[in-house]
Order: sequence, then structure tokens, then C-alpha cells
Amino acid sequence: MSESIILVEGLTKVFNAKVKAVDDVSFDVKQGEIFGFLGPNGAGKTTTIKMLTTLLKPTLGKASVCGYDIIKYPTEVRRSIGVVPQEYTADEDMTGLENLMLVASLYGIPKSIAKERAEELLQLVELKDAATRKVSTYSGGMRRRLELAAGLINHPRVLFLDEPTLGLDVQTRTAVWQYIRRLKEEYKMTLFMTTHYLEEADGLCDRIAIIDHGKIVRIGTPQELKASIGGDVIELGLDNDADDISALIHQIKLVKEVKRVNSHYRIKSEVGEEAAPQIIELLRSKGYHVTRISLTKPTMDEVYLEYVGRNFREEEDRTDVMTRRAVLRRARA
Amino acid sequence: MKDDTIAKGLTAPEDQSVLHGLWALTNRELMKWYKVPMLLFMSLIQPVIWLGLFGKAMNFGALFTGQSFNIPGLNIPKQVLDSISSQIMENTFGTTDYFSFLAVGMLTFVILFTAMFSGMSIVWDRRFGFLDKILTTPVSRGAIVMGKIFSSVIRSLVQAAVVLIVAVLLGMDISKFSVTGLLGTFAGLFLMTIGLSSLFLMLALRSTDWQTQMAIMNLLNLPLLFASNALFPAKLMPTWLEYVVRINPISYGTDVGRQLLLGSAGMASLWFDFAYLVAFAIIFSAVGIILSWRYLTQ
Repeated sequence: MSESIILVEGLTKVFNAKVKAVDDVSFDVKQGEIFGFLGPNGAGKTTTIKMLTTLLKPTLGKASVCGYDIIKYPTEVRRSIGVVPQEYTADEDMTGLENLMLVASLYGIPKSIAKERAEELLQLVELKDAATRKVSTYSGGMRRRLELAAGLINHPRVLFLDEPTLGLDVQTRTAVWQYIRRLKEEYKMTLFMTTHYLEEADGLCDRIAIIDHGKIVRIGTPQELKASIGGDVIELGLDNDADDISALIHQIKLVKEVKRVNSHYRIKSEVGEEAAPQIIELLRSKGYHVTRISLTKPTMDEVYLEYVGRNFREEEDRTDVMTRRAVLRRARA
Repeated sequence: MKDDTIAKGLTAPEDQSVLHGLWALTNRELMKWYKVPMLLFMSLIQPVIWLGLFGKAMNFGALFTGQSFNIPGLNIPKQVLDSISSQIMENTFGTTDYFSFLAVGMLTFVILFTAMFSGMSIVWDRRFGFLDKILTTPVSRGAIVMGKIFSSVIRSLVQAAVVLIVAVLLGMDISKFSVTGLLGTFAGLFLMTIGLSSLFLMLALRSTDWQTQMAIMNLLNLPLLFASNALFPAKLMPTWLEYVVRINPISYGTDVGRQLLLGSAGMASLWFDFAYLVAFAIIFSAVGIILSWRYLTQ
């Protein structure tokens, strides 16, 4: 698990000599993990993925995927990865099966093997019945699943997913999550995905990099990220609120912070589940009676808002945002 | 996926040659054409309409024949008029029949119009993300461009063959036809299509905007057609225009056809025609492939 399969050092992409879409980004992705890039639209997620999948050349910095340098050995990189882009890329005039066969032949997979794989993958993404229908008749969810199958046709070691659940309904989104978990668990595949859905990053990814304005703000497991903003919050009420017992509670090692708010206490701890019973025990031994207690775990929402900022879109100069987006759109297309 | 083959990756013996995927990409383009009967029909019917209407309407031969001249004071016998007219036609068009002259021009015309669309398809592929998808596969960048060129060449030549058949049915002069003549003509057209398709593809390599692409096509197609000998012989044009005609590769494609199918006196020798077309095809396709290496990835 500890072996790095993607290594990125100081990766930078500047469009038109002025817009820094990705700014000195460094991270590594371990073999077999699901690594998530979380950030608002225009943060540089897609640009990073396009560089790692050899569609864009970095302005500065270096990166390797499966041991191959993305600039020196792009063909080897392409051979060992699968890509599920943000857009629907399948040819609408062809059937689902034909699309998979076409992609397979681009990987140089012999026809007989390609056919076998295409059928297995269509089964996996539950498109078997629609295999011989034209893609133009597919729904958005079906097309997304076909993209996933196309990304897997060469049995890649690393699969890149760019916003895999963007614009999908709840059922399809859940299905896509299931496929992603299966790829990791059953096939030990490494997955690199971008998303701006917090619950997706939280529920799916082993590690998350929060990216904003082209820079990585924070990297860690979802638990680490949540802990980094102060951890769990325990709220406690006593039958006797005459004495201030803040100092008493603070004696417990697991407690990081105690605040008295009106008639109850707000206690911060990195491991709320363990701290809470100790607090109750201690207070009882001192003769206090706990009347109510609640434990709140921090959500990814709070983590995100902490690092990306609450109102940054409004604070920024609007025209600046508009030109930045326009340049990015043109450069990307 | 019975075991963990997916994770191991590269389990299949993959064809590492440069050409893998080329046929698949070519066939993808062709499928859009032959699997849609309406499109196939339309693309074949259009040159036929041009040929029928334009070719039959511009009946230059009838300037002299079919009517009698009554110039007061002169009594020219019809026989004399007819032989003068056929002499003029022969000198001007290299054949006594303008329709046959134009039919060969139509072969190159239909090829020009088909080749033009090779550029459009790469613009659409870029817009729909299909191009990005194939760029993430190990298929050679050259194969992407060659696939477009080949499919355009195949379509063009099929359409040219249909035009020729229709022209014969409509009364094209076949007295000088021969198997080698036909093969030679199509060899010339083949070279011309490769060059033209590469040219239009090159213009579209970086473009994401189909409207600009349409504008470029419209800007180029009619000048390329009119500044050639496809519709009218170069030797009757003003000198400056004749120079343009002599640079225009379409003129050489047409010239090969006229010499081999109609036995006309050519604008240049057959050898020169072919040499020019070979150079045109090789230079433009090579530049196309080089540019695709450079510009498909930003």
C-alpha cells in the first residue's frame, strides 16, 4: 500500500503566459488507494488531470505515473492508465459495444480479447442490454457508465476520473460509487478522481487533496482533515449550573478546549467517542449530574469551508474571475 | 474479469505497431457515411445534380450548331460552320464536347468538396471530447490524422467513381477510355485527395470553432475551383490568373483526367502532372502529420 504510483513535484501550468491554472502542486498517490482532488470549479482540478493523462504539457515541474515520466514517456503512461473524462466522449452514432471496440483497437488490443473484455465491462456497468443500441439513445447515466467501461478497456493500473458523478441522479451516482469501490477492493486498482461534491470525497476517498486557486491547501485522510479543524464537539448540560467546571473538564487529556456557553459546555476533542464517557465518569465522581450530552462530528462541509473559505467568490473581483474562466475555457477546449 | 487481471494491466498481447488503430479510426469515419443511407445518397446525388444541371446547361457546342447563321451578304454553308465550330471546341476544350470536358472537372470538384469536410470532422471531435479521449490512448497521433485523411480519400474516390458513371450515362465521350487511362486518372485523383484532405485537416488542427472552420472552407473552395482548369481552360484566362491555375493542384488532377480519359492535349506533360501531384500529396500529408504531433497536445 505504501508504494507511490503517481508522483508529482512542483507541477505548474500557465495558460497564455498569465493565468496560473495549476501553481506548484506536489503530492503522491499510493498504490491501491482512491485519491481525491476536491475543490471549487476552476480550481485547477481538470488541468491537473489533463497533465497527468498527457493531454496537456506542464509549464514547470515534473510528474510520473506508474514509474513513467509524463513528459518523456507519454506513450507508456497512456498505455498504463485509463481515463474517464468529464464530458461524454463516446461517438453517438455508434453503439455502446462499437465504441468500446474502437477504444480497444486504439490500445492495440486484439479483436477477440477486446470483444471478451467489452462484454465483461458492459456487464459490470449494467449496459449489456443496451450494448447494440446507438449511444445517442442512451440516458445521461448510461453514457456516464459507458465512459467508465471505456476507461477500463485496457485494464489500467491507474484510473483517472474527472468529476465522475457530475450531473447524475442519486441512483446513478450511488451506482458509480459502487463501481469505484469494487475496482479498488476487487481489482486493487488505484483511482485518482476529482470532485466538488463533499460527501463524495468523504465517503469514497482514502485521501483527499483540497485544491483552490491552483494550489493544494491541505492533504490528508478525511479523518485527518476533519481532525485538523479541531475535531469533534461535545455539548454537555448539568443539573447544577452554578459552578464553572471548565477547568475540571480540561483535566482530561483527550479534551482540547472547553467553553461555557450560557448554561452548557462546548468541549472540543479529536476523539469525542472516547472523551465523552471519561467526562461523564469524572463529573459523576465529583458529584455532578449530567442531564444531557451530544456528540457532533465535523463534516467535510466544515473542512471545506475552513480551507476554501466561505465567501471567496463574492470577495474576489468579479471581472477577474470572468477573464480567468474565459481564458481557461479557451485554453482547455 | 474473473480474477484480478484488471489490476495487473497489460495482460493482453498488445499490438505495439505505429499503425494500430488506424483502420479503426478510418472505419469510424466511413461508418458515419455508409451506415446512414440518406447521407450516402445525398453525398452521391449532389455531384450528379451539378453535373446534370451545370454540365448540360453550359452547352457551348450549341453556340455554333443547332442554329443557322444568316449574315447578310454571306452565304456560309452549314458544313463549314460545323467544322469551324468543332475546330474551335477542339482547340479550346481539347474535345468537341463541353460536357465531357466538364465531366472530368466534376471529378475533381466532388473531391475538393469531400476533402473539405475532413477538417470539419476533427473540429467536431474536439468539441465533443472524442479527440481528448483518443489522445489519452497510446494510439499514434499520426494515426489520428491519417485516419481522417484515408476516410476522406476513400469517400472522395467512391464519389468520383459515381460521378464518372453518371457522366457516361449522360453522354460523356467514351471513345478514348481505356483501363490504364481509368487507373491513371484515379491514381492522379488519389494523390490530389491526399493533399487536399491534409490541407483542410491542418487548418482545423487547433480549431474548436466550427463556424470559423466553415468560413475558412467557404473562403477556399470556390477560389480553388474557379482558379483551376476544372470548369474552363486555363489558356483562355488572363495571364495572372493562368499563373494561379498553374499553381493550383486541382488543375493537375483535372489535367491528368483530361489527357487520359479524353485524349486532350494537356496543360503540362503527364509526367509533370504526376510529379506535381506526388509532391503535393507527400508534402502536405507529411506536414499534416508533423503538425499533428505538435498541435494535438498542447
